Amino acid sequence: MVDSHSNPLGSSPDEVQFRFRDDDPVDHAQVTVDAFLEQSNSSAVRLEPGDDTQALIPHLERIALVEVNFPSFGDGRGYSSARTLREAGYTGELRAVGDVLIDQLSNMRRCGFDSFAPEIRLDEADAQAAFDRWPQHYQAGADTRRTIAQLRHE
Amino acid sequence: MKILTGNDLKTGDVVWWDGRGWSRHVEDAVDAGEEAETILAREEAARRVNVPYVVAAEMADGIPRPAHIKDRVRALGPTVRPDLTLKPADPQAIDWVI
Amino acid sequence: MYKYDSYDQQMVDARVDEFRDQVERRLAGKLTEDQFKPLRLMNGLYLQLHAYMLRVAVPYGTLSGAQMHILADIADKYDRGYGHFTTRQNIQYNWIKLEDAPDLMADLAAVEMHAIQTSGNCIRNISSDHFAGAAADELVDPRPYAELLRQWSSFHPEFMYLPRKFKIAVIASDTDRAAMRLHDIGIQIVEQNGELGAAFYVGGGMGRTPMIAPRIRDFVPLDQLVTYSEACLRVYNRHGRRDNKYKARIKILVHEMGAEEYTRQVEEEFAHLLDEGIEPPLAELERIKTYFEDPAFEAGAKSIDRSDPDFALWVERNTVRHKHDSYVSAVISLKPVGGIPGDATSAQMHLMADLAAQYSFDECRVMHTQNIVLPHVKIADLHTLWTALHEAGLGEPNLDQVGDIIACPGLDYCSLANARSIPISQQISERFAANGKGDTLGELKLKISGCINACGHHHAGHIGILGVDKKGVENYQLLLGGSEAEDASLAKITGPGFNEAGIVDAVETTADVYLREREDGERFLDTYRRIGMAPFKEALYG
Repeated sequence: MVDSHSNPLGSSPDEVQFRFRDDDPVDHAQVTVDAFLEQSNSSAVRLEPGDDTQALIPHLERIALVEVNFPSFGDGRGYSSARTLREAGYTGELRAVGDVLIDQLSNMRRCGFDSFAPEIRLDEADAQAAFDRWPQHYQAGADTRRTIAQLRHE
Repeated sequence: MKILTGNDLKTGDVVWWDGRGWSRHVEDAVDAGEEAETILAREEAARRVNVPYVVAAEMADGIPRPAHIKDRVRALGPTVRPDLTLKPADPQAIDWVI
Repeated sequence: MYKYDSYDQQMVDARVDEFRDQVERRLAGKLTEDQFKPLRLMNGLYLQLHAYMLRVAVPYGTLSGAQMHILADIADKYDRGYGHFTTRQNIQYNWIKLEDAPDLMADLAAVEMHAIQTSGNCIRNISSDHFAGAAADELVDPRPYAELLRQWSSFHPEFMYLPRKFKIAVIASDTDRAAMRLHDIGIQIVEQNGELGAAFYVGGGMGRTPMIAPRIRDFVPLDQLVTYSEACLRVYNRHGRRDNKYKARIKILVHEMGAEEYTRQVEEEFAHLLDEGIEPPLAELERIKTYFEDPAFEAGAKSIDRSDPDFALWVERNTVRHKHDSYVSAVISLKPVGGIPGDATSAQMHLMADLAAQYSFDECRVMHTQNIVLPHVKIADLHTLWTALHEAGLGEPNLDQVGDIIACPGLDYCSLANARSIPISQQISERFAANGKGDTLGELKLKISGCINACGHHHAGHIGILGVDKKGVENYQLLLGGSEAEDASLAKITGPGFNEAGIVDAVETTADVYLREREDGERFLDTYRRIGMAPFKEALYG
């Protein structure tokens, strides 16, 4: 069993700075993808860059929290992981953790992240401005917003 | 000798450490010696310079001359546009670079 | 030409606001340089050898006269009176101040321009055929597809932090004028059973490991173009190497994984994404196409009075057959003898803008060879146009000649460069002008890069030159036999490098071998392919 006190893996709900969900945050430890696949009772998993996101797809029904780690904000694999999970129908919490900064928030949100636990707390006003930055979008995302092309041809 | 260069954060101008601050002219550069890294860290943290680094140089005719051609081009300006260099009136300036 | 609607304008305006905010946070110390650097790069702002450099996007190389005027104004207002047209059909300014950059971008936005994604590890400006919409040999105008992809790739939430930069080119003729197969994705619009679709080539590129892209799909239906592109990118974002930036381009992934396995994964992702329904409605492509309809061509003179020999030479070399027989596409050379390839002063830009307005339906194009095209010039207007160009020093008759050299900025401007490129190109063009051989060589594409990143396309030069650093001294390697066109090939290095004077001599020696060995109608490249490297090596090192 993984114990959150003996294992530094994962963020606690206390560390979540922004959350766009109404349900209660998952309050138990996240396990690695390998551990998750071996361990049938875990409902929280942590993805590192390079982990095989698609391996989680058969198990989405029992997952309440996926934490995607960004060890460096320049490693963009987590964006595709998020979209892959959302497109596969995952509706649980999708938390971005690690080197999460102001200027990546809005894209993360569009890729399906709905909670954010930055390693270093972000300026609230700057973050709000970042979440509100884009009036429209060219691309389909993980949300249900209409794309610019769809709006043009309504 | 070790001289220090970087760019001004706001304007992007190439600048050189002159012992007290940052000068646009390599002629003002001083040997930072053992202090080089300390000065760079302090100055960059205070945003008085951007992306600074240490340049090996030697004194030639009383002027610090960077060892590598890249830093000499940096000190003067583009060799193909003498009019845009720091010494537009000096036709010999490019000889110092090459 | 494409015109922004309120949505496009909102997006570009929002980007200006975002960048202004980012610059303020950088200047206030809320962002470190490491955090800010990718943000400024995604807005085209580099920190170069002397100053900040800004690269402005010219989508698929198409510009209106009004936009060209603004580019000239920007050169005067924010820079030092000139700009540099690049090998990806953009323009860059060398002396920009960070504190001015947001205002500059607002000025660009006012004429439907921007610097979005002209750098950074994201999808870059989409390039295309500089004769698009004018070429006699094109199947259709490729630019509507490029515009569709421009919108899809702009601010793409998933693909802003790819393993490395990502370049896409779209063409629609068998003749490749855009180095399509040397791009991360090359797309050729093709016809199959009366239907239009897109052939996809993935994993080409230059840089330190040049590769010609293999074709991974013969035909993607036009209403699946975005979806297929997204699948290509997602597989790359997932598996592209991030452990070594020199192995991070998609060409390495395709090479290491194998084109077959890469394609299999793309097809799997594609099938999945088709179910997701991410493709813009086909009506959107139709909407975009309406902006690229032919201008109102008029019948007129079809023959040219060639009694003036200077004019006749320019017509022969610098004009290209047009799909309408009363028009030609005219190339304005930015390669005067001894000049800096691709540089144009603000006065020259204003003039080109005026000429575009007067003679080419207010449209001009940037070529990847760093020249400017007036795509639709009436044959009847050619002499007047040429006279104006000639008087302004823009009438050099050297398209695809030895003097039409591609050169990266090199060590004169670029912090990555190992050697200067521009002085080499200046000396070569002067040498061949002075000895008269330049006029006897015919088509000879010479391309110079000042470092292994290959911005000067040296791998694709009939003659290529690569500047290297040899113990602190500039040294130049010579390469032969490259082509960026439909007969794409990668140039091979001749042998040991040369110093600055030596490389100019070596190019002349190489040209002499060609002049001696060529058979009727052979270009330099044809002769090289027939006789191989040995005779050149013999002459150079023998």
